[in-house]
Amino acid sequence: MSVADERATEAAQPVSESFMIDGYELVCGLEVHVELATATKLFSASPNRFGDEPNTNIDPVTLGLPGALPVLNRHAVELAMRIGLALNCTVQPSTFHRKNYFYPDMPKAYQISQYDQPINVDGWLELPGGKRIGIERAHLEEDTGKSTHIGGSGGRIHGSDFSLIDFNRAGVPLVEIVGRPDISTPDEARQYLAELRQILIAVEASDAKMEEGSMRCDANVSVRKPGEPLGTRCEIKNVNSIRSLGKAIEYEARRQVALIESGETIRQETRHWDETDGRTHTLRTKEDADDYRYFLEPDLVPLVPEAAWVEAVRAALPFLPRERRLRLAEATGMAPDSESVMVVVERGQDDYVLSVGERGADVVRALVHVKEAYADQGSQPTVPAGDLAGLILLETSGKLTSTQAKQILADIVSAGGGDAAALAAARGFEAMDELALVGLVEEVIASQAEAWSKFCAGEDKAMGALVGAVMKASQGKADGKAVTALLMSKRTS
Amino acid sequence: MSDQHSDSPTCVGVPSGVPTTASEIARLVKFSEVSAVSVVDAYLRRIEAFESDVHAFNLVTAETARASAQRIDAEIAAGRNPGPLAGVPIALKDNLCTRAVATTCSSRILDGWEPPYDATVIERLRAAGAVFVGKTNLDEFAMGSSTENSAFGPTLNPHDLTRVSGGSSGGSAAAVAAGFATVSLGSDTGGSIRQPAALCGVVGVKPTYGTVSRYGLVAFASSLDQIGPFSTTVRDAAEVLQIISGHDERDSTSIPQGRLDLVSVLERGVEGLRIGRISDLPGGADPEIESRLEEAFDALRAAGATIVDVSLPSMTYALTAYYLIAPAEASSNLARYDGVRYGLRVDAADTNAMYAATREAGFGDEVKRRIMLGTYALSAGYYDAYYGKALKVRRLISDDFDRAYRSVDVIVTPTSPVVAFPVGSKVDDPLSMYLCDIYTIPTNLAGHPAMSVPFGTGEAGLPVGIQILAPTLGEQTMFRVGAELERRATERFPGGR
Repeated sequence: MSVADERATEAAQPVSESFMIDGYELVCGLEVHVELATATKLFSASPNRFGDEPNTNIDPVTLGLPGALPVLNRHAVELAMRIGLALNCTVQPSTFHRKNYFYPDMPKAYQISQYDQPINVDGWLELPGGKRIGIERAHLEEDTGKSTHIGGSGGRIHGSDFSLIDFNRAGVPLVEIVGRPDISTPDEARQYLAELRQILIAVEASDAKMEEGSMRCDANVSVRKPGEPLGTRCEIKNVNSIRSLGKAIEYEARRQVALIESGETIRQETRHWDETDGRTHTLRTKEDADDYRYFLEPDLVPLVPEAAWVEAVRAALPFLPRERRLRLAEATGMAPDSESVMVVVERGQDDYVLSVGERGADVVRALVHVKEAYADQGSQPTVPAGDLAGLILLETSGKLTSTQAKQILADIVSAGGGDAAALAAARGFEAMDELALVGLVEEVIASQAEAWSKFCAGEDKAMGALVGAVMKASQGKADGKAVTALLMSKRTS
Repeated sequence: MSDQHSDSPTCVGVPSGVPTTASEIARLVKFSEVSAVSVVDAYLRRIEAFESDVHAFNLVTAETARASAQRIDAEIAAGRNPGPLAGVPIALKDNLCTRAVATTCSSRILDGWEPPYDATVIERLRAAGAVFVGKTNLDEFAMGSSTENSAFGPTLNPHDLTRVSGGSSGGSAAAVAAGFATVSLGSDTGGSIRQPAALCGVVGVKPTYGTVSRYGLVAFASSLDQIGPFSTTVRDAAEVLQIISGHDERDSTSIPQGRLDLVSVLERGVEGLRIGRISDLPGGADPEIESRLEEAFDALRAAGATIVDVSLPSMTYALTAYYLIAPAEASSNLARYDGVRYGLRVDAADTNAMYAATREAGFGDEVKRRIMLGTYALSAGYYDAYYGKALKVRRLISDDFDRAYRSVDVIVTPTSPVVAFPVGSKVDDPLSMYLCDIYTIPTNLAGHPAMSVPFGTGEAGLPVGIQILAPTLGEQTMFRVGAELERRATERFPGGR
């Protein structure tokens, strides 16, 4: 996308120092295409559905038949605005252009796309750690059909015996999200893509499935010595997973550094990531680039969403992952980018955790339990929040040990709910009261005199043996934490 | 005005024994005074007699026309309203998509293609009871001013079979002049309705851009193309335009408004109207055409209008701007004819070679010339100097018109600087061919309506058309002036049309 290419030498954000290759830093910007979750195509009434029988979701507009004209899908515009607003963009009046080039799966021999006046501009996406990656634009365009090249070499059109074209995808609405080159490590790139994916799902703009192609990512990669002007960049295509993205960027950065260090120059080109050999390969050089002859699409009129519509879309936006992490972090005292907060928000279980907390249960314990035991539960867990709260209350009041609590939790999750007290009784988990525990601890101190004296001499390693002996004597009913606390207090007393 | 007709054979005329205007046919058919079948048969007989001389059609749909007429007669017999164009024989320019009927654009590249859908105008005319007699010849993809750029040979002028019918809608103009259809539809990108109407001595209207849906019109230059009617009378043009106009949600450039109301204003006259005469009109028109223009002003003055001089200084650049903008859009619009999905395919070693071979064989010289012009004008490094500058000129022309319409209601000019010219006389000189549209092109760039009304004859007794220009959605005033010129022309040139 040429507008994105004209990236000026504007100052990037502070570079993380954790990723340097022989004194070079990475400069990376991502271009992400997402298919919008509309019922119909961007400019026609054919269904927008993945996986249907080839060439069934077609019509005169989709096939580019003579005389057919595009009519803009209002829902696609709304979803594009949701994406823009969720990415802190300005929604502005926009226009459509024709991008002209010949390819068999491009029915009109031009793609209708937004060019110099995109619907969304100048936003940002905040990574979980707080770094902001600029968003240059997020614009609407139509997808192409899908070609399958049969015979010959490696699925490419050149050298194939024949090609099959499925036009079901032609005209499917896309939003292309063009990020600024603010990414300085492969991990940031992964975080960016993962965060973007969560946002797209949260605003219900796309199912964002990389494996089905409803989210596709190209990476622009260059390297430079800190403080120097931007290096020549290469665009990496065919990155099919978030994991591959990091690998492809790292490979490409190292390749460029090696070239520069051996005295060669980087050619501006498009490169293809090969998952099997873990390398990038030249796809086409700048000299082969098409002249797209962009001009204003005369079959469409300017898109000027009325302010009230934009505001209604903004007001209807759900809590975004970042806000939800902050909310959960605040409630639990955990860091917003801690693993449990990230995992639980990504699964959409944060509301659930908070509602368990609202029932008087310890919210940190709720977070830990949900993170550990709710991996398969989705955003609407079947276990009633009250049941988990009941379990946690038993646990925190010392009536169940954490080991027992975990067992009961497993019972509750597999049964889709249950009364923790009743389940504990059924399993014979008796509450061990404080007095009984003190008695047990004193018995162990007496029987393990050697360990006790080492412990008293300051050898903390000896504590493990003491705690283990108490647990064994209690047949697992003692709470390890309570035992430790008792031992510590007896040593100092 | 002398009627110095040449010795050349003519095919001008009307079918015998049946009414010959749309309003008359519809009225008589509706009240069963004439059957739709007898009307269409009379027209088909004329086609059979003279079509081989004129070559107005790429395809005559005699059987489906008779079947439609029978259906209309049956509707009437059953007591149902057959519609305002009941039984009216209509010819369609062959760049209008007709379901399951070959639509060629007079190009080999669409060989064998039958659209799976009807253009919006076809749906509307059919619903009004029209009977389609055939698809008319045109310059390939509507690029030309003589119909000589048709892959299937030129359409000849019914007034003089050695001369051209004009273009690009020459087939539609000739079909009406020859009495093969009561009315016809054409498309006008730079004058392609008005110029052949003038050369064939019939009425032709290009409405305001966005008034008639382009859905199903095979695009030449999308920002300029409009569909409009040809007819023998101003009233018939008004009737047909009313029916095909009005918003269509399938065309995003369609103006969100109802149908035009035109027939009701035709008798209002021109008393008090201010008629613009362009003081800096680019010259070069035949002297006899200049005389007819002066007579038109005299006639309108006599009818109570005031003639006011206006200046359109940017008009001289219109032709240049048009020949950048229209080819630029065409280069994109015609890129889809690649042999992959429909129409002609010439097989070759690989995909790019197949594209090249298909387009080499499928397109004629003028189409190739314009694709190259347009591709060049849009290319990186040339865009600003050519296409970009042409867009600025387009804006200046609109501004000129806006300024002029502050002091006048309509502007009157010749439609064409020349009468019908001999076949072959301009084919090797594209520039002189392009100059045929010097008076019609500015209207398209501004998106305004314009119409051509026959007004006497010129060199060799051939028809002269007078053009009426109006501002956006100024069709009512335009038709009042057109109707007045029609009345005055008939008085002045009795018997001629």
